[in-house]
Amino acid sequence: MIEIESVSKSYGGVRVLDDVSLTIPTGGITSLIGANGAGKSTLLSVASRLLPADGGRVRVDGMDVATTPGPVLARRLAVLRQENAMSVRLTVRELVAFGRFPHSGGRLTAEDHRLVDEALAWFELGPLADRHLDQLSGGQRQRAYVAMVMCQGTDHVLLDEPLNNLDMRHAVQMMRMLRGMADELGRTVVLVVHDVNVASCYSDRIVAMREGQLVAEGPTPELMTPELLRKVFDVEVEVHELAGRRIGVPWS
Amino acid sequence: MTAVLTASQRATRRRRTLLVLGVLTLAVVAAYLTVDVTGSWGYALQQRGRRLAAMAVVAVAVAVSTVLFQTVTGNRILTPEIMGFDRLFVLIQTVGVFFLGAATVTTTDPRLRFAIEVVVLIGFGAVLHRSLFGRTERDVYVLVLLGVVLGSTFTSLTLLVSRLIDPNEFLTLQDLLFASFTSVDRQMLALSAVLVALVTLGVWRLLPRLDVVALGRDTAVGLGVEHRRVVNRALLAVAVLVAVATALVGPITFLGLLVANLARQLLGTHRHAWVLPGAALLAVLALAGGQLVLEQLFGFNSSLGVVVNFVGGIVFIALLIREPRQ
Repeated sequence: MIEIESVSKSYGGVRVLDDVSLTIPTGGITSLIGANGAGKSTLLSVASRLLPADGGRVRVDGMDVATTPGPVLARRLAVLRQENAMSVRLTVRELVAFGRFPHSGGRLTAEDHRLVDEALAWFELGPLADRHLDQLSGGQRQRAYVAMVMCQGTDHVLLDEPLNNLDMRHAVQMMRMLRGMADELGRTVVLVVHDVNVASCYSDRIVAMREGQLVAEGPTPELMTPELLRKVFDVEVEVHELAGRRIGVPWS
Repeated sequence: MTAVLTASQRATRRRRTLLVLGVLTLAVVAAYLTVDVTGSWGYALQQRGRRLAAMAVVAVAVAVSTVLFQTVTGNRILTPEIMGFDRLFVLIQTVGVFFLGAATVTTTDPRLRFAIEVVVLIGFGAVLHRSLFGRTERDVYVLVLLGVVLGSTFTSLTLLVSRLIDPNEFLTLQDLLFASFTSVDRQMLALSAVLVALVTLGVWRLLPRLDVVALGRDTAVGLGVEHRRVVNRALLAVAVLVAVATALVGPITFLGLLVANLARQLLGTHRHAWVLPGAALLAVLALAGGQLVLEQLFGFNSSLGVVVNFVGGIVFIALLIREPRQ
């Protein structure tokens, strides 16, 4: 469970997060949606202690992220940012193996190797394991990063725009894998997503933000309404029921 | 070229590369000690041994400091020397002699003197660190420019102050600054060797975490590494090592750049446990080999620094041209 208590954050006088309070329950997929600059990524960064908050606090399983020692928190919560350009040249296996660092500190045990192989298999990276990251396509690379985060074996997995640069096929594949992580492995997955319909089709809960504030949060079907989407995105959106899913259509 | 090797094949190749480097280094060291000895062997070995020891100390200091600096800045082009660390060291010495007088400076306990110099270098490192990490988009050209500007500012200030200095004091200063490999003070050498050994041992425990820091700040924090603490320790080590190397033989700007990148290339890894020994061996190889060639072929008519900087400068430009495409 992630408890966010009246968190604020400003960049150079501009309030990016304004007194946000939110509880993300254990299990399932929670999607953060909102327009560009709504503060989704900042909230994710603060919740995963990549950014210090100006005010308020965040607790993961009761541990304050600002004061809990890094290695302890890294065994409970894993995070992947949007930008992952690295100055080092790694193979896929080396990257994924870094996910075990919080547990074994760089000296991999047999158990670690087994978990690395498992993560590689889960994300269908087996045949690419010994390739370098710069030899992969954008979609494959993205999968490798998510595999590293999964390999960390944490109860909470926070991902910032994991579908960035992915085409339709790879986006669907990625969402299915994340769904599997939540359903089969019991992880709590939190995503920043900019496509409302991805959030609608794959997540259990939605958190909607606008201008640094929380607009609404709750189970997905309750939030996929024309009124709420208009409030969040400032655009008229029709919501249609298609094969049991709610799909928003803004092109009206 | 893009043959895919398995992890164990890569490890085997790394071990072999490091072994070959080790053997080559031993061969060059042996050659340096024994080639063309005329007269007393005892005397020749003593003289050459001391020079060789100085080279080894400097080689390790430069190699380790460069690799660490590049890791914490997430950059393969910058080195402490390019960012003006060693020239700041020269400036501190000069200003010290100017204001306190050569007598005061030379009679001060060298350990105290050294401590003060290292503290100033650490301060500079901290300021640089802030400016390196403060910007959201790290533009390598801006940083290189910053380094060049800082470096030449330090050099100009040094020149200015040294013109104001009493000529006799200036001679003392020169002795302080440019000991060069041929005339290294024995006590200074011993002190430096101990310092480099201590710092390198201290750094050794950081290596697994430095491997993670090399992935970038956010990834490192996400993996539970206390990024700031590791970076601060690494920069502390860099400041001490640069100070030692510069105090011993004066600035050799491009040696670190050369060996750090060559080591990564040859070993095909960024793991510090591999890169650091590789870079150190390469540095010994470059210094001892270069000095051997200079002494035997050119009869001391050129300085090793010139040769190393010539080759290193070419590599630097090549890297600078290639980098943006990655």
